[in-house]
Amino acid sequence: MNDEPRKPDLATLAMKAQARELNFFYGAKQALKSITLPIYDKHVTALIGPSGCGKSTFLRCFNRMHDLYPGTRYEGEIRLQPDDVNLLSREVDPIEVRMRLAMVFQKPNPFPKSIFENVAYGLRIRGEKRRTVLMDRVEKALKDAALWNEVKDRMDELATTLSGGQQQRLCIARALACDPELLLFDEPTSALDPIATASIEELIHELRQKVTILIVTHNMQQAARVSDFTAYMYLGDLIEFGWTDDVFFRPQKKQTEDYITGRFG
Amino acid sequence: MPATIAPTVAGRLAYRRSRHLRERFIEAALLGSALVAVATTLGIVFILLKESIAFFRQVSIVDFFTDPQWTPLFSDPHFGIWVLLSGTLTSSAIALGVAIPVGTVLAIYLSEFAGARTREIAKPILELLAGIPTIVFGYFALFFVTPLLKNFIPGLPGFNLLSAGLVMGVMIVPYISSIGEDAMRAVPMSLREGAYAMGATRLQVALHVVVPAAFSGLAAAYILGISRAVGETMIVAVAAGNQPNLTFNPMDQAATITAYIVQVAKGDLPHGSTGYLTIFAAGLTLFVLTLMFNLLGYWLRRRYREEY
Repeated sequence: MNDEPRKPDLATLAMKAQARELNFFYGAKQALKSITLPIYDKHVTALIGPSGCGKSTFLRCFNRMHDLYPGTRYEGEIRLQPDDVNLLSREVDPIEVRMRLAMVFQKPNPFPKSIFENVAYGLRIRGEKRRTVLMDRVEKALKDAALWNEVKDRMDELATTLSGGQQQRLCIARALACDPELLLFDEPTSALDPIATASIEELIHELRQKVTILIVTHNMQQAARVSDFTAYMYLGDLIEFGWTDDVFFRPQKKQTEDYITGRFG
Repeated sequence: MPATIAPTVAGRLAYRRSRHLRERFIEAALLGSALVAVATTLGIVFILLKESIAFFRQVSIVDFFTDPQWTPLFSDPHFGIWVLLSGTLTSSAIALGVAIPVGTVLAIYLSEFAGARTREIAKPILELLAGIPTIVFGYFALFFVTPLLKNFIPGLPGFNLLSAGLVMGVMIVPYISSIGEDAMRAVPMSLREGAYAMGATRLQVALHVVVPAAFSGLAAAYILGISRAVGETMIVAVAAGNQPNLTFNPMDQAATITAYIVQVAKGDLPHGSTGYLTIFAAGLTLFVLTLMFNLLGYWLRRRYREEY
């Protein structure tokens, strides 16, 4: 939540991305219904809502994850700044989209490689071969992910030897190493214990100085703790969007209020 | 009071008792089936060891491994197993040189690239290939592949290790591709998604993430392929010639351990003669060879087991 009571006028904030009239279909089933949502630059936007409301589906539109599965279809736009490219356009190569964005998944999914190679992976597939550059970038990413001190002496060990919370921070370091413009988190703490969760949340809070973040969470307290903006979704519709403290304390819609106060969901 | 309760209790538990008996019977049947397999293996090992010990009473183990000739049925017999081993190793190396690359590429293609429909068509065809009797492969090597190869290699003899090895490789491809594909399909989608999300291409995801993650399964597939190659009998017996020949040259004809056993077992050797006992010594060598590969495979699987 914002510390200062005074919030800047939304019109003065720069947008990193914007979804416009976004519809999404799994086969004939419509999972997202005309979603229009701004993602403000260097802020954290949280997506909340009950299971099946489409928040993960929405997040996965940004990096075209749905392209991996047959029978999925997008309509509408997600515009990414500064070049105003429509990420969903058929002419846009999904690999180019994914080279600009990064994603952290529900369950830590380190690659079957060493700790070092996990973090260096994105740089390697971007053609970086210089050992010194790789080492610098890996170290910086691990420091940014608050993992460096725990792994600096065991960089050659398999990433799967780390604990769950460490693995998730490794996945965050892996995402940060390529300097993404937009960082997508898909319920990043749902597989972690409370202590590991707290460290990830702290990390997200710090990261927003450097990168724009969009996070899906089914934990409302988490949304309240880490985000600047919150969007509440229900059954594929965007119900309400605003500053996190407004959504939580002064919701405009009855539906949002019912969900936040726990009367439903 | 107890007199009236007791029959009630017994009545309540009667079904449980009869079920208990039935389950004991089923457990015994299951154990029996398992023991059949174990007992067979133990029996084979026992016979191999017993007859081989008899063999090594007559032939020195040093000669067995150093003699450059294998002429057990001649009046001046020699028992150099390397002669047969060279044929087995050469034909197996050729076969694996075909089967491992082709099988791996096929597994990657089927698991990571092929659409559902292609896979549904390709898999049964591959399984059909695995079902062809090896004697058919043997004559295929002798009457089709060897004449074909002669166009490119003029001096190639009618019987040769090259042709037998190549066809053996084709025979082994489905084993490797099928087990390899299963191993790769078992790699969770979340791992692939992680790599795709980094901007990896399909090929990069397959080679950098899926193959290493499935490595223990692939290793198992390779080991099975090696065991098949080393133990393969009919193809080499038909197409490689049965001339014991210490050679690692694929253009030569040579006998493998298995081909020798077939040849000798067909003849009528007096029971207990040295010639007869060679079958068991050769069989034991083969057994130890496959055992070594199986142990290697076991170690590889443990070493590279992936926990998802």
